[in-house]
Amino acid sequence: MLKYILKRLGLAFIILIGASILIYMLSMLMPADFIDTQTAAALQSGAMTMDDVMRLKELYGLADKSFGGIMKSYFSWLKSALSGDLGFSFLYQKPVTKVLSEYIWLSFMIAFISYILEIAIGIPMGIKASVNQYSAYDYTVSVFAMMGTALPSFFLSALLLNVFAIKLRIFPLQGLTTATKIFDKNAYIQIFLDKAWHLVLPITVLTLLNAGYIMKFTRTNMLEVLNSDYIRTARAKGLSEKTVTYKHAFRNTMIPLVTTLSGMIPGLFGGAMITETVFAIPGIGYMALRATLQGDIPFIMGYNMFLAVLTVLGMLISDLMYMVVDPRVKLS
Amino acid sequence: MGLKNFFERKKIEGVDNTMYLTLREERRISKENNRIIKYYERQKARKNVPEEEYLTQMRDPNNVVEFDNLHTYFFTDVGTVKSVNGVTFDVPIGKTVGMVGESGCGKSVTSLSLMQLVQAPTGQIVEGSIRYQAGDGKCYDIPKVPKDRMLKLRGKEISMIFQEPMTSLNPVFRIGEQMDEVILLHEEGATPEIAKERSIAMLKSVGIPMPDKIYTKYPHELSGGMRQRVMIAMALLCNPRLIIADEPTTALDVTIQAQILELLREVKERINGSIMLITHDLGVIAEMADLVVVMYAGRIIEKGTVREIFHDPKHPYTIGLMRSKPSGKLKDNRLYSIKGQVPNPINMPDHCYFLNRCDMAMDICHGEYPKMIQYSPTHFAACYLCGESSFPKNDLAKE
Repeated sequence: MLKYILKRLGLAFIILIGASILIYMLSMLMPADFIDTQTAAALQSGAMTMDDVMRLKELYGLADKSFGGIMKSYFSWLKSALSGDLGFSFLYQKPVTKVLSEYIWLSFMIAFISYILEIAIGIPMGIKASVNQYSAYDYTVSVFAMMGTALPSFFLSALLLNVFAIKLRIFPLQGLTTATKIFDKNAYIQIFLDKAWHLVLPITVLTLLNAGYIMKFTRTNMLEVLNSDYIRTARAKGLSEKTVTYKHAFRNTMIPLVTTLSGMIPGLFGGAMITETVFAIPGIGYMALRATLQGDIPFIMGYNMFLAVLTVLGMLISDLMYMVVDPRVKLS
Repeated sequence: MGLKNFFERKKIEGVDNTMYLTLREERRISKENNRIIKYYERQKARKNVPEEEYLTQMRDPNNVVEFDNLHTYFFTDVGTVKSVNGVTFDVPIGKTVGMVGESGCGKSVTSLSLMQLVQAPTGQIVEGSIRYQAGDGKCYDIPKVPKDRMLKLRGKEISMIFQEPMTSLNPVFRIGEQMDEVILLHEEGATPEIAKERSIAMLKSVGIPMPDKIYTKYPHELSGGMRQRVMIAMALLCNPRLIIADEPTTALDVTIQAQILELLREVKERINGSIMLITHDLGVIAEMADLVVVMYAGRIIEKGTVREIFHDPKHPYTIGLMRSKPSGKLKDNRLYSIKGQVPNPINMPDHCYFLNRCDMAMDICHGEYPKMIQYSPTHFAACYLCGESSFPKNDLAKE
């Protein structure tokens, strides 16, 4: 068991190195780097000369775009990354690790709440739809699930904003706090409620988008299980339909469900880039998008490596969960 | 994909004719099906059905089950499949009845009808009755018994052994848990300790070594033969009056087969119950059964005692079956096989279903479906070949 985990972690390390090389190459090869975007206006107006720009690039380590130069700077990044230092963000003027640790919590909270809601909505609906296959309920739920998974997040966000923020004026349009209100520093409850009020729409968007997927997933797996021989055996024993569905069938459906859902947990820290941007919520996804647009290489590297670690971790958790929920699986 | 399927007509493949459904026919079928299924499902969903509605009288108190003109149909997208089409036979108390026939001839559906386990909503019992004499002396008409009442019969009075021991046990529960469940469900006042004790005793009685160890194992940790023993043990837990064994040996290798059959015979004697043995292995029938029912395309074509069926088969299909079993003294090393295939179950013609494969077909065979003809008190066959019955009480054999 421990051996298996160590082996997987060793493998993960190699995967991460590979991923880091790819991301580094790609971000270094972006046509306009951080200095270009920052100095474009000054260069146009003549406030800066090309020499100044080159000097700045030298300073930021962006001057040498040859293969050798990129490799050299990559290895120096790798060396410090291995010692836990992800560098200094150009854009935010703070260490990357600090930016990450500051902003992931808000994103995680949004993602976690919608994750819980998705499960709470998706699984019961999926079970009910599979038990009543081809019924009106099944068709209705399936259509809504399909719509949920098919809608782009920015479209659904815009739709909800238009209805609830602009037309009905129930929810705020953007941001995390109401700019026109000034709270007493110690009024924690009011501040909390104000923030929560701002997060209702983004959480709704994320939930609607993913609940459909979980519902579909539950339904498909449940149907497969319900048609299997051991369910017939369970019925032949004289068990009630409720026991058959919720004990015998659902316990088997849980195998793919638990592994998939637990694999999603690390990903909750990754932030929802588009939704956060549409609602202008300062989560990690929003910060990452801004950094990417500006060519903030240390932050791009740091954030993407963070995502890579989360993905690898998710897969590992998912595989380990197989062993927990399925007695047939023995990892060695 | 959807569009392509939409234009591609649904095909019914028959033996001698393949036909395609037009869109209109398809729509008509699905409309019709919905109407029929709705009717039967509503019938089944009724609550508080008075007892008089589903209690009847047995024709013969020596029978545990009497199938009477049973029709079980499947309403599929391409038409109605008459899986069981007028089946009549009895299972006497303490006897083993063997059901033989090719795959898809309706053996399993007949037994599932008795358990009310036909795959709903497409599968429905549309006509006929199955009279079951319960341990408390009451006689139930199974197709009319409400669901909640049926739960008390299933597993307790009638239990079933399935053909695939590999997939018939729930992979995520321990053997013990799956067995205890039956006792806790059906026995009043059973505690987990009592259940465990009885499960282990039952495992031991079906010849499982170290039953207390097996009790804590998962199904995947056992071999096929062991799993089938577990299935049998599970079926026996509540001392059933009738065991339905649906091809209990098909998935096992030959040495294990013999052991399992031996066990079944032993078990039958112990509980003094009846067994409905479904198989397509004539060797198993010869060894186990007292009475034999031969089915073909949803109908019984011949029934009788083992001796009658094996030594004096009347129907050409039964004769073909007997000839197609390996006997060991073949002169030319080829095994006989009945030519052709089972006909398409949809839109069956009203003549003998075996006609297109029959070596001995006559002109009269193209007429209406032959009636059951009685040859002895127990021997019946549905074929024109043997002409009128030599047995006087012909009217008994109405089908």
